[in-house]
Amino acid sequence: MHLVPFPLLALIPLFPLLGAAYCGLVGCGLFKKYGEGAIHWPAILLPWGSFVVTLIAVITLAGAGHGAVLHQRLWDWFRIGSLSVDAAFQIDRLSAVMCLVVTFVGSLIHVYSRGYMKGDASYWRFFSNLNLFMFSMLVLVLGDNLLVMFVGWEGVGLCSYLLIGFWYRERKNAAAGMKAFVVNRVGDYGFTLGVFLLFWGLAAAPASLLRGQGGEPVAAAAVHEVAVGHGEVATSPGEHGAPIGEAAGEHGAAVSHGTEGSEAGRTPVSSVTFRDIERIMEDPARRDAVLNQKVLGFGLITLVCLLFFVGATGKSAQLPLYVWLPDAMAGPTPVSALIHAATMVTAGVYMVARLHFLFAYSPVAMTVVATVGALTALFAATIGLFQYDIKKVLAYSTVSQLGFMFVAVGVGAYWVGIFHLVTHAFFKACLFLGSGSVILGCHHEQDMRKMGGLRKLMPITAVTYFVSACAIAGFPFFSGFFSKDEILWKAFDSGNMLLPGGGIILWVLAATAALCTSFYMFRSYYMTFSGTYRGAQGHGTHDAHDAHGGHGHGLPKESPRSMTWVLAILGGLAVVGGYIGLPILWGLPNAFETWLEPIFEGSHHLIHSAERGHGAEWGLMLFSVVIAFSGFFLARWLYKDAKSPIPGRLLASRNGLVQGFHRVVFNKYYVDEAYQASFVNGTVGLSGLLSWFDRTVIDGIVNLAGTAGRFCSGIQGWIDANIVDGAVNLVASLSMRAGRSLRKVQTGRIQNYVLGLTAGAVVLVVIGFLLKW
Amino acid sequence: MTQSTILSLVVFLPLLAGLALLLVPRQRVVFCRWWTLAAMTAGLVASGAALSMMQKGAAGMQLVHRVPWIPSMGIDYFLGVDGISIYLVLLTSLLGPIVVLSAWRSIGEKVREFHFLLLLLQAGILGAFLSLDLFLFYMFWELMLIPMYLLIGVWGGPRRVYAAIKFVLYTIVGSLLMLVAILYLYFAHHAQTGMYTFDLLRLYGTELTGPQQVWLFAAFALAFAIKAPVFPLHTWLPDAHVEAPTAGSVVLAGVLLKLGTYGFLRFALPLFPSAAHAAQPLFLVLAVIGIVYGALVAMVQTDIKKLVAYSSVSHLGYCVLGLFAFNISGFSGSLFQMISHGLSTGALFLLVGMIYDRRHTREIADFGGLAQAVPWFAATFVFVTLSSIGLPGLNGFVGEFLVLVGAFGANRIAAAAATTGVVLGAVYMLWLVKRFLFGPLVHEENRMMSDLNGREVLLLLPILLFIVYLGVHPGPFLRRMEPSLHATLTLSTPGPGRVETLRMLQLSTGSLRGSGTGWKAGAEGATAPRGASVPLLPATAPEFTAVVPAPGVMDQVLTVTASAFAVSASAVGNGVAR
Repeated sequence: MHLVPFPLLALIPLFPLLGAAYCGLVGCGLFKKYGEGAIHWPAILLPWGSFVVTLIAVITLAGAGHGAVLHQRLWDWFRIGSLSVDAAFQIDRLSAVMCLVVTFVGSLIHVYSRGYMKGDASYWRFFSNLNLFMFSMLVLVLGDNLLVMFVGWEGVGLCSYLLIGFWYRERKNAAAGMKAFVVNRVGDYGFTLGVFLLFWGLAAAPASLLRGQGGEPVAAAAVHEVAVGHGEVATSPGEHGAPIGEAAGEHGAAVSHGTEGSEAGRTPVSSVTFRDIERIMEDPARRDAVLNQKVLGFGLITLVCLLFFVGATGKSAQLPLYVWLPDAMAGPTPVSALIHAATMVTAGVYMVARLHFLFAYSPVAMTVVATVGALTALFAATIGLFQYDIKKVLAYSTVSQLGFMFVAVGVGAYWVGIFHLVTHAFFKACLFLGSGSVILGCHHEQDMRKMGGLRKLMPITAVTYFVSACAIAGFPFFSGFFSKDEILWKAFDSGNMLLPGGGIILWVLAATAALCTSFYMFRSYYMTFSGTYRGAQGHGTHDAHDAHGGHGHGLPKESPRSMTWVLAILGGLAVVGGYIGLPILWGLPNAFETWLEPIFEGSHHLIHSAERGHGAEWGLMLFSVVIAFSGFFLARWLYKDAKSPIPGRLLASRNGLVQGFHRVVFNKYYVDEAYQASFVNGTVGLSGLLSWFDRTVIDGIVNLAGTAGRFCSGIQGWIDANIVDGAVNLVASLSMRAGRSLRKVQTGRIQNYVLGLTAGAVVLVVIGFLLKW
Repeated sequence: MTQSTILSLVVFLPLLAGLALLLVPRQRVVFCRWWTLAAMTAGLVASGAALSMMQKGAAGMQLVHRVPWIPSMGIDYFLGVDGISIYLVLLTSLLGPIVVLSAWRSIGEKVREFHFLLLLLQAGILGAFLSLDLFLFYMFWELMLIPMYLLIGVWGGPRRVYAAIKFVLYTIVGSLLMLVAILYLYFAHHAQTGMYTFDLLRLYGTELTGPQQVWLFAAFALAFAIKAPVFPLHTWLPDAHVEAPTAGSVVLAGVLLKLGTYGFLRFALPLFPSAAHAAQPLFLVLAVIGIVYGALVAMVQTDIKKLVAYSSVSHLGYCVLGLFAFNISGFSGSLFQMISHGLSTGALFLLVGMIYDRRHTREIADFGGLAQAVPWFAATFVFVTLSSIGLPGLNGFVGEFLVLVGAFGANRIAAAAATTGVVLGAVYMLWLVKRFLFGPLVHEENRMMSDLNGREVLLLLPILLFIVYLGVHPGPFLRRMEPSLHATLTLSTPGPGRVETLRMLQLSTGSLRGSGTGWKAGAEGATAPRGASVPLLPATAPEFTAVVPAPGVMDQVLTVTASAFAVSASAVGNGVAR
């Protein structure tokens, strides 16, 4: 791994950011003045600009040799203690693949949106958000550390939120947007904790080495000591300096870190930068120290990986956090294609591949990733069987296909996961855009029962949809065949799984899911495109959220040229896109694996094969083909031209088993209802309870103190008025009375005084006598 | 303006401008507004000048202004600024003109008095942030109470009197105990060194026994915990916020609360490090409860302002959590969170105030679908919401992240529990946004509402710019605060490192050279004029050198305590009288 400075790198995300700022800040005014052209030309051209820069980067990368990483450091984002985070981008062979997909498919979808969003009052807002999404996604992909990645990670979540709720006047859409953001936040909770745990775990490693307590759980105090330090980073002892410092020493200038952060020849104490973490994991002494740490009974790395995977389940819609994705279909269809199929939702897969040097060290985490992926693949595929909303079918299909990708990265076949990510981006984007074309043609109708016969009315859409369906179903020589078949084989052949029978269980789950996939895709194709048009022709029963004038009248007709061209390009790629990764089994060159090989070579030695041999591989491949065709023929038999009575008869069946099964699956296993009843209502109920507690108990105590104070003051006041003042008044009245009675003495008559004097003298004499003077 | 007096200018400019305002005839309301705006803006310029005069990378106190004030008691007029206080000063100064602009139309009665109080409040807050003499600090601390009390009590909502009294009483209870603790510390320091001084940097060096630390820390912590506020001492806050006028809410949330957390950072932790460390578990728990509890309670509020008020309880919980992590990322995150909470919650209160001015209601149920009627308002509100829920790339994230990283280093469980606040924060804010701005426009009367006007854009714009800038490029801010935070962290950690750091800090302000007026009663007692020292000091005091204060001092402390309670009792009485 060596760093090559590449000053153009920041342009890739910058272009769409400019577009977003332009459309968002001045777009509203320009849109009103100059119309749609003022919006969509910059908004479309800028992402294409990113694509061009990406191409330049890829060419540079290819010429820079094995393991080169193009890098650009912009500024230090924050740097406190031993935590040092740069605003920096890197593009290596993995992010290059992602970047190409994002900029290419993304730009195409921008072109498509021009036709799809035509006439919308918030045209400018749509393109602003879409550009902002491109920016965030590119930051996610290009970030050179976990936190810059997290900026993109949350940024795409934000754009997803904004675009799902794009037609915010409907409560349903706003609710779906919020659901997406909140569920993603739950995943991000895991991601954040993963970052914390990893950061402190790495920091604790040299400290525990020093103390010779590598196997012990690290006390918080030790952690504390390392990171607190005194301004300087408490660096690890020299013993693990030499082998790791290569990059920093040779390419220090390129990275141009400050001097206090990482001195040449030493890895930092801890880091959130991908290559630093990888370097720490390559150093045997530190790696062992990291691996030996235990947290809550788990290995540190296992827990870290599981926490990151929680983040991935949120973003990539895996069990149990997939629930937001089907609802996210409330957004405009180009958004569903771009964000909720081709790019954003694959971020979790990308992250696991990016962090392969951690995941590969934890068989537990790998098993969990692959198992969750396989379960999700099957679970979502079964829900897809009975949906009527064409976008919902595709949404569950996306969840399912993402599950396949997680199976791949879970078993350590990282390049296969990314390969499926790429082919999926082509065919699923094409399917979604095709569905968008259909929806537009059918005047915003999404229910497939009200479609039919569109093959003649919308031929280009129909053809592209069909070839993409072939691709996703895994027909031989279509792109999906190569990637999906490779996943099934790698799962079957995995030697890393802690499951009974190795990866065979995974293979069974995934193969069943593949059968379902083939069936529901062709079901949707035949329901939509075959037979005769069943939609309403006189009036539209749709909502009035956008301004497609005159919709709801007449037969559907093919979408405008800007949309069909995009469909054609993506449809073409859905066919041929797989040829970048031809099976080695066939003795053909696999360009894709070769391209990604330097990225994953660090963890290569940890990934084992179960050595099931070529015979098995051929067998499985044949079986995959059988699966794909079975699904196809079944769907064709049941749904072609809506002629078969069997689906209707099954639906009307009084058989408790059939009915019950259909009801449970049709209602998506009641997962949403269960979440609503448990988490949502639980939280709101708890909030209500705490609010009551706050008002009644805590504030009650405060008010009680206040009342007690008043009461005391009241008593005090009473005492003041009656006792203190009373005493004063008593003295006063006593003296007054005394004065009054004494007044009587002051008669002014001399004889009275003389009498008094005499009497007094007598009394004195008597007293004196008595006292024996 | 020279280096030594710039801070005095920062503090006294608003005060003098406020006093001058009283000479203006009360009918000239327009002049009052412009005058106050000009004074606040000048104050902002002065704070900016102070920032530019500061030396980067220095940990100690800078721009020190020190004049003997009551030499006989060792009281100095002693201002100074470091990498910690400068940002709080700047935040206060920035919010000054914004607050004046926000009240431009909404305050129609007693305009002159309102602005006078705003300026007085500003001076009090700035003084409290800049004081390095505990006596002076206490004076400013109490000074800002009165204008806030009146702002709520006179210009507030229907329950303003209850809220104002609750606010004052709550704060006074805490601050009186703190006063007692300050005096105790004062005498303890004298008993040890023979010197009477309120100089904070000298008092840092007071050696206290364990129980002494605990009691003194408890008294300080109570005052600051009420101010912050820390659960369960928070219930004055929602009432005060709901009843206060917009300007009051903005200052209250923006800066007044930060005096609590700043107090911990500047006083409670470094003065009593052992006790603070002993109290770490307690405060970690309270902070986590505050974060989660505040967020949950915020969720079900029906009044937008009350919702934002409870969100402040949650956000300030992060600040406290970071402080009690006792590491540099926790400290810096906490300080950063203070600033960014001031910006984002300040902006939220401003926005809610704007809607209140138009519709005279803050009930969420009275709104819905506002994005159609007032799109720019809605866009701004969403933006500030994102800042508040800690979207990376905006200001809120940096503080929250650093606090949580720090807390994770101190206690994993506490940090994991606190991180749930990040999820809950998104829930309550986005739910608010959904009900407030999105959905159909159900109330017809909202349709005619006007969107943001030029004045409102002008006052929001600086905050929005800082929200972005602090999130994208927090480096310069963190770099400047780090040395001071390191020094404070060392002071807050019991151990040998304290002495050296303290020496460095004292050198930076001249506290060590004795250029201040700390009056050395022991050594110079013979030459010092006895008469001058009579008022406070018992004649025998100079002879005591033990750590434990002398009985005479204890008597005094008891007397002061008794009188403090008498004052508080009379305050209660006054409250009742109203």
